[in-house]
Amino acid sequence: MDAAHSSAAMLVSNYVFPNDLHVHWSMMIVLYPYITGLVDGAFIIAALYYLFDVKSLRPVARFSLLFALAFLAIATLPLLLHLGRPERNFNMLLTPSPSSAMAGFGYIYAVSMGVVVFIILFVYREDLVELRATSKGWLQLLYRALTFDSIDVSEDARKLDRKIIRFLVGIGIPIAVVLHGYVGFIFGGVKANPTWSTPLMPVIFLFSACVSGISAIILAYIVIRKVKGRSIDHDCIKTCIKTLTLFFIMAFTFEMLEVFSHSYLKSGYHHMVEGLLNGPLASSFWLWQVKICSVIPLFVLGVMGIFTINKHIYNFTAAVVSAILLLQVLIMRWNVVIGGQLMSKSARGYTEFHPEWFDKEGILAVIIVMAIPFIILFVLSRIFPFWTPDNETNVK
Amino acid sequence: MMDRRSFVKKVLNGTIAGSLYLVWPMGGDSLEIPEEIPGIKGKDYDILHQEFAFIVDVTRCIGCGSCCVADKREYNVPDGNYRTWVERYVKGFSDQIYVDSPHGGLDGYQHPRTDIDEKIRDTFFVPKLCNMCKEAPCVQVCPVGATFISPDGFILVDEKRCVGCAYCIQACPYSARFLNPVTKVAEKCTWCYHRVRKGLLPACVEVCPTGARKFGSMKDETSEVYKILKGPGVLTVLKKEMGTFPALYYKGARREVI
Repeated sequence: MDAAHSSAAMLVSNYVFPNDLHVHWSMMIVLYPYITGLVDGAFIIAALYYLFDVKSLRPVARFSLLFALAFLAIATLPLLLHLGRPERNFNMLLTPSPSSAMAGFGYIYAVSMGVVVFIILFVYREDLVELRATSKGWLQLLYRALTFDSIDVSEDARKLDRKIIRFLVGIGIPIAVVLHGYVGFIFGGVKANPTWSTPLMPVIFLFSACVSGISAIILAYIVIRKVKGRSIDHDCIKTCIKTLTLFFIMAFTFEMLEVFSHSYLKSGYHHMVEGLLNGPLASSFWLWQVKICSVIPLFVLGVMGIFTINKHIYNFTAAVVSAILLLQVLIMRWNVVIGGQLMSKSARGYTEFHPEWFDKEGILAVIIVMAIPFIILFVLSRIFPFWTPDNETNVK
Repeated sequence: MMDRRSFVKKVLNGTIAGSLYLVWPMGGDSLEIPEEIPGIKGKDYDILHQEFAFIVDVTRCIGCGSCCVADKREYNVPDGNYRTWVERYVKGFSDQIYVDSPHGGLDGYQHPRTDIDEKIRDTFFVPKLCNMCKEAPCVQVCPVGATFISPDGFILVDEKRCVGCAYCIQACPYSARFLNPVTKVAEKCTWCYHRVRKGLLPACVEVCPTGARKFGSMKDETSEVYKILKGPGVLTVLKKEMGTFPALYYKGARREVI
């Protein structure tokens, strides 16, 4: 529109459409892509081991699957907390509107869940068969179901298991890509919002998902092993960091490309996008997302990749850089989801967002939602051991 | 020479004639605002053969806020949410545009803006409401089909199906939607569909004292909207670049209007 292109001076009136004053998608919708991203990234680590035979990832392969399951189990929780009428959520599955991208979520989620669960059951079948033999009553029944009522752990049976796992991981990769690419498309498909409406959005979401998931696995592995007083597999961490570096370079490049595109193409409402990034988001985008949580880790990852570093320092740095990148992706989600809504569709002003503590989408709810997967992970660890005993052999 | 009796008689006749002139409906003028949509009331409503249009004549709007009040009362719209609102545009001699809409224009614009330091070139009011897009993004994105387009071209929300995900709110380029804080479902202007089905004009059109809001059937060649839309006058739609093809048209909207 002509008016939109005229000049940034239009902003002087800071006029926000009356219905734009409220930010409708708040912190739960920040968490939702963050959680599915963690799932995707963790799954990538498992896929590298089970499908692409990256042997050095063996110590974290099983853990990655359980980590993915724990977060996938609560991926719908932020959505339910966000919905105005959560009791009607099954309408999305029962009477989906084929024209809506959002309508696909239930199906994509269900398939993802099914694939991850089956992979875990086949990966852990030997352990489950053992547990079945030593359990009684309803627990034994449960283990019978989880082992598909088979106690055959012969070499042939295990070979078949490995084939099935490879197959499931093989189909799991495109499903994981669809799951998170779809989440990006939910935003990228909103043409009314100039900051979201870009085909780059699913790509950015996908790469940042891998960054967050891999970072989470590195950090969780190092922290758990340290807390438990166990050794850390240096080769595994090195491979994870290399993979993380690759994905982060891609993610950061595309994030910057999107900003550059707006600025260079001077497309519709570009002055509003620039005003947003240099105004309300100046701190959370340029300072936190770009400078502190992207440029610094990029530099550190470069040093880790080029120079030979003492094992202990390397592992410590890996944990720190992973923590920063986890924060980077969270801030990126915040800047996309909430930042994008600060810009009124009047193209003349910005609204504000102040998070509440005790709202159902408030800070406390966010903390609880993010704590639940760790509780699930703890429960899962009682049934499915994170680490294989031979993990201990190749370390100090 | 006129005697006193004749003079009084003539004055009296003139007064009566003048009074009648003032109160008698003269017809034919554009200020004529019918209360009903011709051809609908009392007849079977053929939903498959209807087409309506809404025209906002920016040059006529005086920013009184009557339309907003009528709408709020018709639907008991919660405070802070707006199915329709009126914006005030003030243009300075520097070509700077100042826009505001305090309480959505619900209280009318009784006072001028005092925060503008430059000389004012022009001021005008722009009523906003649902654009009833023919390619409606809100319909496309609704995951459960709660927002739908009726056969007679109205975008409606089935409040019994809506899950309150607010995707439609994000998708609407005109910010015509909100999440009702009481019902927790999406809500927006329906062009008073319940009234239209009875052959009545939308509430905001009914109360507009200047005829700035016009509504009618495009199947009726005698309707005002038909004549305006088929006539030579220039009409615009909002955010044409969005490709939503609104059925809400603006007459006399300046290029600054978004």
